[in-house]
Amino acid sequence: MEKHSEHAQYVMGFILALLLTAIPFWVVWTEALAGMRAAAVIGVCAFVQVVVHAHFFLHISTSKQKREDLELILFATLIMVILIGGTIWILSNLHHRMH
Amino acid sequence: MADALFGRLSVDSLAVLHVFEDATINNMVDSGAAGLVIVGSVAAILVLKVFRLWTPLFRDWLFSVDHKRIGVMYMALALVMLARGVIEGVVMRWNQSAALGGGPLDPDHFGQLFSTHGTIMIFFVAMPFIFGLMNFVVPLQIGARDMAFPVLNQISLALTATGAALLMISLVVGEFTTGGWTAYPPYTGAVFSPGVGPDYWIWAILLSGVGSTLTGLNFAVTIYKERAPGMTLMRMPLFCWTALVTSILVVFALPPLTAAAALQALDRYLDFHFFTNDLGGNMMVYANLFWMFGHPEVYILILPAFGVYSEISATFAAKRLYGYETLVGATLCIAVISFMVWVHHFFTMGQSATINAAFGIATLLIAIPTGVKIYDWMATLNLGRIRMTVPIVYMTGFFFLFVIGGLSGIMLANPSIDFQVHNSLFLVGHFHNVIIPGVLFGILAAIHYWFPKVFGFRLHEGLGKLAAVLWIVGFSVTFFPLYGLGLMGMPRRSASFQDPSYEPLMQVAFYGSLIILLALTTVVLTIVVSIVYRRHLATPLGDPWDGRTLEWWTSAPPPPWNFAVRPQVTGVDAFAAAKERGDVYAPLDHYEPITMPAKTSIGFVVLVTTTLLGFAMVWWLWWLAIVALALLVGAIVVGSFYPPTEITIPADDVAREDRKWRESARQDRGVTRDEEISALNHGRAAPDMVAAE
Amino acid sequence: MTMQLYPGLNLGEAHGPDHAKSETFVFGFWVFLMSDLVLFGMLFGTYVVMRDATAGGPGPKELFDLGSVALQTAALLLSSLTCGMASLALKYDHVSDAPVPPRSLGRWLALTFFFGAVFLALEIRDFVEMFAAGSPPMRSAWMSSFTALVGLHGLHITVGLIWILVLINQIGMQSLRGVIKQRLMVWALYWHFLDIIWIGIFSVVFLGGLL
Repeated sequence: MEKHSEHAQYVMGFILALLLTAIPFWVVWTEALAGMRAAAVIGVCAFVQVVVHAHFFLHISTSKQKREDLELILFATLIMVILIGGTIWILSNLHHRMH
Repeated sequence: MADALFGRLSVDSLAVLHVFEDATINNMVDSGAAGLVIVGSVAAILVLKVFRLWTPLFRDWLFSVDHKRIGVMYMALALVMLARGVIEGVVMRWNQSAALGGGPLDPDHFGQLFSTHGTIMIFFVAMPFIFGLMNFVVPLQIGARDMAFPVLNQISLALTATGAALLMISLVVGEFTTGGWTAYPPYTGAVFSPGVGPDYWIWAILLSGVGSTLTGLNFAVTIYKERAPGMTLMRMPLFCWTALVTSILVVFALPPLTAAAALQALDRYLDFHFFTNDLGGNMMVYANLFWMFGHPEVYILILPAFGVYSEISATFAAKRLYGYETLVGATLCIAVISFMVWVHHFFTMGQSATINAAFGIATLLIAIPTGVKIYDWMATLNLGRIRMTVPIVYMTGFFFLFVIGGLSGIMLANPSIDFQVHNSLFLVGHFHNVIIPGVLFGILAAIHYWFPKVFGFRLHEGLGKLAAVLWIVGFSVTFFPLYGLGLMGMPRRSASFQDPSYEPLMQVAFYGSLIILLALTTVVLTIVVSIVYRRHLATPLGDPWDGRTLEWWTSAPPPPWNFAVRPQVTGVDAFAAAKERGDVYAPLDHYEPITMPAKTSIGFVVLVTTTLLGFAMVWWLWWLAIVALALLVGAIVVGSFYPPTEITIPADDVAREDRKWRESARQDRGVTRDEEISALNHGRAAPDMVAAE
Repeated sequence: MTMQLYPGLNLGEAHGPDHAKSETFVFGFWVFLMSDLVLFGMLFGTYVVMRDATAGGPGPKELFDLGSVALQTAALLLSSLTCGMASLALKYDHVSDAPVPPRSLGRWLALTFFFGAVFLALEIRDFVEMFAAGSPPMRSAWMSSFTALVGLHGLHITVGLIWILVLINQIGMQSLRGVIKQRLMVWALYWHFLDIIWIGIFSVVFLGGLL
């Protein structure tokens, strides 16, 4: 029983990931959208796909179990947001002021 | 052909010969230092040979995966590197005291000195000291038998030693970078520094950085997964909390450094253009990457020292730590904020005032949790019956000096003030003022505190106090003048100066550095004298200070398996609580066999191959690099085909040792807190005797 | 559902002590992955900062081949699926008392290796074409940061492929010991993790660059 549901999870994850990959590629390939709109579609699809992978392939969930791994992911995400966001903010600001 | 075989190596690369070519003072210092490394190495080999220590060295130490021995090896490495770092500091102060219009050392040599001094003190003194302490103390404090990954622990030590070895080799063969410990490009790029110096820095940092990351990982997992039954996170000793947070900081803060050094290597070796002046390179990307590591690094070093102060204040005031929860909370706050302040290292880069204001405010905020901690320790000491042992003397110095250092940090956190003193000796004064009284005093206090647990005898109390006072005085005389010099406009990292008004304070600072040298000598003397009088100072029963946490609840030195039976924990200060409940040395009737990881030589293989790899990459000996890498990967892959080896200690052996220790503890009359620095102290505390009198 | 002791597909109680013993090992590897994630993050940040630093040389529009990127993405996603199937085979197709590796496990691992190799071959071909078209990494800061980021991912894939070859060998030569089960589990984590990184790369670098 459990095998069945876990098997279905992987297949489900695969189909969702395929879909979430196809949409942004299609947008860029056909130039259906441009500029910020296209960027938004790419960004949202990427984010959702990361969540899909984490849920269906890595089996990360928010259920009440041993959750050290989830704490670690959330902390890593926080650090990434601070560091990458900060880097882009600071250096683009510098870039503009150098012109 | 010769190029393929020897790369960039030539006879000219041997620093020890420079003095024979041109006998200037500069070359004498240069060749003398190289000669000292060679003589020291030969002497060490001879000592090992004469006393037949080769076999024990490998069997009991280098091949050991015991966290306690690995901890001791980290500390020994750090102590040797500390000696080099301090001597370099004194040489720099000597040069600057006579640097009006040009000092005895040439600027290139001076540049190497401040670069090695900084690199060594951060990466090969402070880090190994901290890791050594954590290695020894953390598994004992959480009631574990060893680390979660003992073999990985050995490999981490090997990688740290590799970095230190490369620094020592750079003294003998070739030169080190003159670009400072931060190694900012484009100066350290291939165009401006074509020599081997920056490459030594890159490989020392990259290889030891991998080791540090793995150490962080190992401690995080150990503390999460290997705690004794009943020890919830909020029942851990505070040192374990700081060790956990430091480990997590290491895991997340080392990658930016690895990235910075690796990209710099790509620039230098393969002509990439990350940080060059041309083709779109941007050196500020380097500064940004470096300080995303560099700032959390400061807290990686200071947090365990804060943990030490928490332990010793509770023990030597014989009180429960005041505000345990707030100390944990403050530690967590510092961990998060430490990732949000890195721009204050380059306020002058040219970004907008808004960014500077944001990072300035974040920097100011970090003072709040730090202040909370200071008040917690003072409240712990308040109304306690404090014994003025060596650790408390260091802590007293820490209180006064660290607060001054912290306040000068508050000044620097203000971007408009920072613009005035940026890159001046004011800054040098500031960071020495937080690192020496903060980190180094903490480490020295910790050495005095835990030494009897490690080796089974106390350190000499009188000499220890003398050293502590010398450190406090030496620090103050050396570094307070630097604040003044910085405000007068003296830039850091200058081999010479032209303004005569700098000279008096420079000379004061030089005399101060001599006091520091004396202090370090006294520390070494303390250890030597204590070894000589070890019978007199012996504390084999393991609890010389009336300790409160689990590491004191076993013999000294502890058996390889730490605890015959893993203790059951019901609250904070588990050992103190057990002592209040009753006889902690009561005989046990049931023992079980213990499985421990067996010795392995993989760490030694990693040490040799990575040192060869680093050396080969520095000198462009491509064939050697390939051989070394192939050996390293081969050893790991082949090793993975063999099942991990373990040894099982029979229950009888465990029982025999444990019964012997418990029996002698019960026989001992115990010492009161007043007697604990007398020869009566065998490691059994009996504070109740005070009440009986 | 079995109690989830560690990230990834859990072995479950049927595997006896191997299940509980994996907890520390898999969690440790997970910490490593998070550290690795920050390393990738640093290169992502560097790439974004340097996205316009082409220094007059060719840029994304001249160099990127979206068709090839789509193929690589598909290959890697397929390998993720087969990797998941291998994890299921490890968990269900074999009983702990009989340490004989199930045949399905080897098949799924081989298939995963194949798709991974296809990905790597396509990526290397793209790099070679770019370099040949006059844009080696030395050409500009943008090209340097592109090579470093995508190259680091490729290097990870290469290590993953060598690693799985070693593991397939160990399964063939020896019985399916507990420690080899653990290695298979963390390898699967590693492989899924690399696919997640690739989502970032194709979104930020390739699709973002071609907008």
